[in-house]
Amino acid sequence: MTMIYVLLPLALIFALGAVLAFLWALRDGQFDDTETPPLRILCDGDESPAIPSDRARGDGSQATPYG
Amino acid sequence: MTDGRADGQPLAATLARGASLCAHCSTPVPAARQASASGTTFCCDGCEAVYAILHERGLERYYKLRAGARGGRPARALRHEYQEFDDAEFHRLYVRADARGLRSVRLYLEGVHCLACVWLVEMLPRLIPGVASARLEFGRARATILWDPAATPLSAIGRTLGSLGYPPHPFRGLRGEDAARKDDRRLLGKLAIAGACAGNVMVISFALYGGFFHGMEASLESFLRWVSLTLTLPALVWGGSVFFGGAWRALRRRRLHMDLPLSIGLLAGAIGGAMNTIRQEGEIYFDSVTILIFLLLAGRYVQQRRQRRAVQSTELLHALFPSTARVVEAGGVRVVPLALLRTGGIVEVLAGEMIPADGTIIEGRSSVDQSLLTGESRPTGAGEGSAVFAGTTNLSARLRVRIDAAGEDTRAGLLLRKVEALAASAPPIVRLADRIAGWFVAAQLLVAAGALAYWLHADARRAGDVVVSLLVITCPCALGLATPLAVLAAMGRAARAGILVKSQDVFENLARPGTIWLDKTGTLTRGEQSLAAWNGTRETAALATAIERHSSHPLARAFLAAFGASDAGLEARAVEHRWGSGISGEVAGRRVWIGAPHAAAPCGIHVPSERQAELDSMASRALTPVAVAVEGIAVATAGFGDPLRADAASAIASLRAGGWRIGILSGDALEVVASAANALGIDGGAAYGAVTPEEKLARVRATPAPVVMVGDGVNDAAALAAATVGIAVEGGAEAALAAAHVYVARSGIAAIADLVRDSARTLRIIRANAAFAICYNAACATLAVCGAVNALVAAILMPISSLAVVGNSLRAGGKTRSPEPPAEAPARAAGAPLDVAAAPEGAPA
Repeated sequence: MTMIYVLLPLALIFALGAVLAFLWALRDGQFDDTETPPLRILCDGDESPAIPSDRARGDGSQATPYG
Repeated sequence: MTDGRADGQPLAATLARGASLCAHCSTPVPAARQASASGTTFCCDGCEAVYAILHERGLERYYKLRAGARGGRPARALRHEYQEFDDAEFHRLYVRADARGLRSVRLYLEGVHCLACVWLVEMLPRLIPGVASARLEFGRARATILWDPAATPLSAIGRTLGSLGYPPHPFRGLRGEDAARKDDRRLLGKLAIAGACAGNVMVISFALYGGFFHGMEASLESFLRWVSLTLTLPALVWGGSVFFGGAWRALRRRRLHMDLPLSIGLLAGAIGGAMNTIRQEGEIYFDSVTILIFLLLAGRYVQQRRQRRAVQSTELLHALFPSTARVVEAGGVRVVPLALLRTGGIVEVLAGEMIPADGTIIEGRSSVDQSLLTGESRPTGAGEGSAVFAGTTNLSARLRVRIDAAGEDTRAGLLLRKVEALAASAPPIVRLADRIAGWFVAAQLLVAAGALAYWLHADARRAGDVVVSLLVITCPCALGLATPLAVLAAMGRAARAGILVKSQDVFENLARPGTIWLDKTGTLTRGEQSLAAWNGTRETAALATAIERHSSHPLARAFLAAFGASDAGLEARAVEHRWGSGISGEVAGRRVWIGAPHAAAPCGIHVPSERQAELDSMASRALTPVAVAVEGIAVATAGFGDPLRADAASAIASLRAGGWRIGILSGDALEVVASAANALGIDGGAAYGAVTPEEKLARVRATPAPVVMVGDGVNDAAALAAATVGIAVEGGAEAALAAAHVYVARSGIAAIADLVRDSARTLRIIRANAAFAICYNAACATLAVCGAVNALVAAILMPISSLAVVGNSLRAGGKTRSPEPPAEAPARAAGAPLDVAAAPEGAPA
């Protein structure tokens, strides 16, 4: 059972990583509009190369010019 | 394609006669445009232009996407130059520069209603070189556009959007928006941290419960407890701060607030748990504490998003007005942004345009459609010296107007400011659950203090444990959940029935009968003139149709809606419009005149006595009479009116049966209102006609609560916002939608009776929840005070009451699980009453 003294903190570090990832996404503005993306995915065909993804547009400040 | 405004006879009749539909917007195509070589027909040039643009750029997919989407028709394309978008002042206000030399602007778009709109707007970079990206937020109909100012001016972007049917307006609320967005993000961040902590503490506590029953090494147990403590701290510090802050603010104002017992409970649990962790004995309550923080934060987050939505929608108010005006200067006429209009200046208003400011006519005679501002359904005449108001539409001829008030100071501006103020300062309604919670909290604290005093005296060692288990077991979270869950479920149910409820107080306020004020134009009626009576032959109708095709007066359009499809293919020649009196021309070699009865004699028309009797009878029935003469003799008469909705009478009867008092508040003429009230069986004393928007507001305020206002226009907006519950009906103006608490997205007012029924049911469920939570807590508190419950049992019993409440609340959502109500309505209903067709001078009446 001594393994748990190592594994538990390790698991918590992973959890911390997940929380940080979420907070990054939050700051990136990915949760500001939760309505359009599910619609957008329906029309993401091969003919819409004009729409850059969030990442392609650079950092968070550009993705949300007013954020 | 269903279009609520065309739910009556005209559309059905037109379709039955085999008319084709517009290839772009699917509305029936007028007979004159039916012929087409390609087989595709359009209702107007605007639609044809959009269709051509889309095909030219290979964007036909728009139609495929739209076919799968529900919702209204595309907004009509508007021709507007958007020169003001290039103005330096405009850029200073609304445009921001980007590090790469690009500019970004946020525009509110009218007419966004489905998935295909999102796709099309985001295709903007393909339509205009120089646009780097366009993103559309569907729910708020807001586009963020990034473009290169060197490659294309903003006005070109505005023109393209306008011609596609999405007239853009600058987004004005940037600063408030930033703060709100930060606020939302902060709360969601707290929620995330609290959730992660709660989940992990829960898993660890399962291990500890296992150890409790099957034994566990003391060192391991101690380790797990320390880990739990470590995980609880961030949840308490970040997540709990919301409640501690709320409790502190309430305390300073000497109020009891739900946050107070929550904070005490959370702190007591956390401190008790921490002490027991250090002492290595007794219970830890970290699982309850963290889960509680997480659940409560989740509730607050959902609530905050909803409220935010309601406030943001007042932004749409500004989209009502034209963004430019034509100013008359020494050198000629110049188009300027609306913000630059000054009192004393002179503006020119073309036929069909909206009047941009309050003022006095100094040149020209025309008729003005005031329905948007006052609810008056019939156009009124206006000549030199008449006062005209911003937001009304100039129907028939060019006018020059001296500005008396501009922008915010206009009558409409003041009205909208009132609406905004009312929306922002909505009196804090003491909700049932909050009222109960106040008493509950006081009782809980009193009992806890009593228990502490008793146990300190009787058995000081157990005092701490007893108080902590008391606080945990009587945690008011079942009470806190009672209202929001039942309301959310009811909102989902209403949304499936086509009723969008914006504020959670609505159900509570509608559960008790009170007074309902109904607007007439657009609410009880469809808000459109239609042919109500026709005395004449088919042949005369065909002659008149040929003439009316040359007019876009509202009455002419109503005439065409009734007779247009049964076109005999006659052509009218030498058509002449006479301002304010009528229209005449030659059809099949015969002279045909159509006009108001009072204009007949001056035009040399003889009206036989039986025709005169028909005209008089129409006028007495509150219809607008029109005579049709062939070769100088009146041979037919037509009466136009705004017919009552088919379901109005039954809905009113059902509401009255529920104990509601019903009245009419209309801006329309007295006799029109009286006739409508008569038809609906509403007491004449409760039907007010010729009521100004300001009087509507005053009357609603003077009525004892609960008062419900049902309306659709700008003239109703302030009254809607001031009413206990404001209900905007299908097809309403955006101002009404923004001000109302409820938006009915289905045709007719029967939905209001349904909503009232549902509200009573929802409130019953809330009451049952609260009663259950209180009884449960009282029973458990008794056990806890007696010391019969240890903290572990308390931690298990506490969530049981919450689960029972959750189950009961979901009943309000009906059998199926309630989905999220569809996106905010205003954007979709965009413009129905704002569609202002160009109306050149002349036409009957």
